[in-house]
Amino acid sequence: MNAPLLAAEAAPKIDYAATAFVVVCASLVLLMTPALALFYGGMTRSKSVLNMMMMSVGALGVVGIVYVLYGYSMSFGSTDLAGLVASPLDKFGLRGMADGFNSFGYEGYGTIPELAFVGFQLTFAGLTVALISGAIADRVKFSTWLVFAGVWATLVYFPIAHMVWGGGLLGGTDAGIAAKMFGVVDGAAKVAPIDFAGGTVVHINAGMAGLVLAVIAGRRRGFGKVPMRPHNVPLTMLGAGLLWFGWYGFNAGSELAADGTAALVWVNTTAATCAAMIGWLLVEKLKDGHATTIGAASGVVAGLVAITPACGALSPLGSLLLGAVAGALCAFTVSLKFRFALDDSLDVVGVHLVAGLWGTVGAGLLSTQTGLLYGKGFEQTLVQIVISLVCLAVTGVLTTLIALALEATMGWRVDEDDEVAGIDQSEHAESAYDFGGFASGHRVSHGILPSGHGPTAAGGTIAAEHNDPTGVRS
Amino acid sequence: MKLVTAIVKPFKLDDVKEALEALGIAGMTVSEASGYGRQRGHSEVYRGAEYSVDFVPKLRVEVVIDDEDASAVVDALVRAAQTGRIGDGKVWTVPVADIVRVRTGERGPAAL
Repeated sequence: MNAPLLAAEAAPKIDYAATAFVVVCASLVLLMTPALALFYGGMTRSKSVLNMMMMSVGALGVVGIVYVLYGYSMSFGSTDLAGLVASPLDKFGLRGMADGFNSFGYEGYGTIPELAFVGFQLTFAGLTVALISGAIADRVKFSTWLVFAGVWATLVYFPIAHMVWGGGLLGGTDAGIAAKMFGVVDGAAKVAPIDFAGGTVVHINAGMAGLVLAVIAGRRRGFGKVPMRPHNVPLTMLGAGLLWFGWYGFNAGSELAADGTAALVWVNTTAATCAAMIGWLLVEKLKDGHATTIGAASGVVAGLVAITPACGALSPLGSLLLGAVAGALCAFTVSLKFRFALDDSLDVVGVHLVAGLWGTVGAGLLSTQTGLLYGKGFEQTLVQIVISLVCLAVTGVLTTLIALALEATMGWRVDEDDEVAGIDQSEHAESAYDFGGFASGHRVSHGILPSGHGPTAAGGTIAAEHNDPTGVRS
Repeated sequence: MKLVTAIVKPFKLDDVKEALEALGIAGMTVSEASGYGRQRGHSEVYRGAEYSVDFVPKLRVEVVIDDEDASAVVDALVRAAQTGRIGDGKVWTVPVADIVRVRTGERGPAAL
């Protein structure tokens, strides 16, 4: 997705292979959000796993709505506002696309229907917001989180997506920062930023937002004293596996065509991820004495994050190196939160921000066309560093303002008692696991009775149920 | 009558059960338990953070028996549960005042 999408000339010819590919890839990326719910859910305590999973899928719900309304328009609409964002109005509600004939041309290939691109991009936006939730596990109001999801997507994600992919300041057009740094050739930046599938837009963005929220929402009660170990490691491994699978849609799909680059991206993604997993396990073995399952799952994610921006620019060998460094680096950085007393609960900063930064900068070092380590000079690396820093700054400032505004109005934290007893109970009136039949409760309301037959007033009904001789609970 | 309670390693349950059956003990109650004695717990590591898990999973085996069987049962339990390594558990005996078979209302040794 390095080159901006060009509005096709009249009477575009649909490339059916590319269209099928993009629609399938969008479906793969969609799976990543429920996969993230499993990955994160396994790492929380058993009393808050449902809330963690709901934060992921709830974010997808909210963002899916605003994306259809104005999110796509703000990211990829045709009216650019100072390179920062596109107008939410000109493609509001995906106006004019329903006939299916609008389509995009892409770098000499045929075209795909614009709606295929909309769907693909929608899944990215939902996942990015969901990623943030891991930094504030176990402790925030679900209502505040859902409002944050919509507001953050609107004020941070859509503008950054526009800046990087929609022809804005962080892209490769002649109006971008990169063009200001090293000049313009043929109407585009001489050294265009490399962000193939979202190192800045998705991972630096979500990682930085997670850092801000972890600080503003504050630490969980008992952080650093009470054990907060993962309650279901197999769930986390299942989530990591599904994330890995979905990530092929994320990375290879970003080529928007079923071609040689898509194949290279697939191989690079796999190479980096395998190397990152082994890199993490090696560091862990040397540092803590054991290669752990959580470490393998985390290494997989660190590798996938790092290769995301770089996957179209590296060779498979370069991808092995990028991935190995990502895994080893993140195995160290996840422990830093204890030193800073930062309760980034599930290491959104330690994994997504760190690996996102490394992958974005590493693309500048290892790009086969322009990389420093290939003797092509330092320009690409500098451009990568600059776009990373701009993304950090924009996300950091805007997320802080949004988070403080929500703290002042709705408030972030649930009651102390509710947090200690378990947020699943207080926020969702559910518990994840029903151990042992005698504690599983009995029904006090059918949900369809008129008022007056509720839990308090329905003595007769309840008594009848208690006398049910079959003993079958409903 | 006596209540014999044994805390044993979970994988020793089958050995314990066979040993009691060999003595003609007609039933037992088994429940999952957690605790520690001299064995203490173990440590686990998640993303570089080390956790000390103090309570080790064990099984609690309970049998109510006639007074004259008590020492033989305790000996059999100890033999069956022993591995010689730390954490093998404990066996203790307390007197039981009365016992009733719920189905028939039989009391005392007849209810065993």
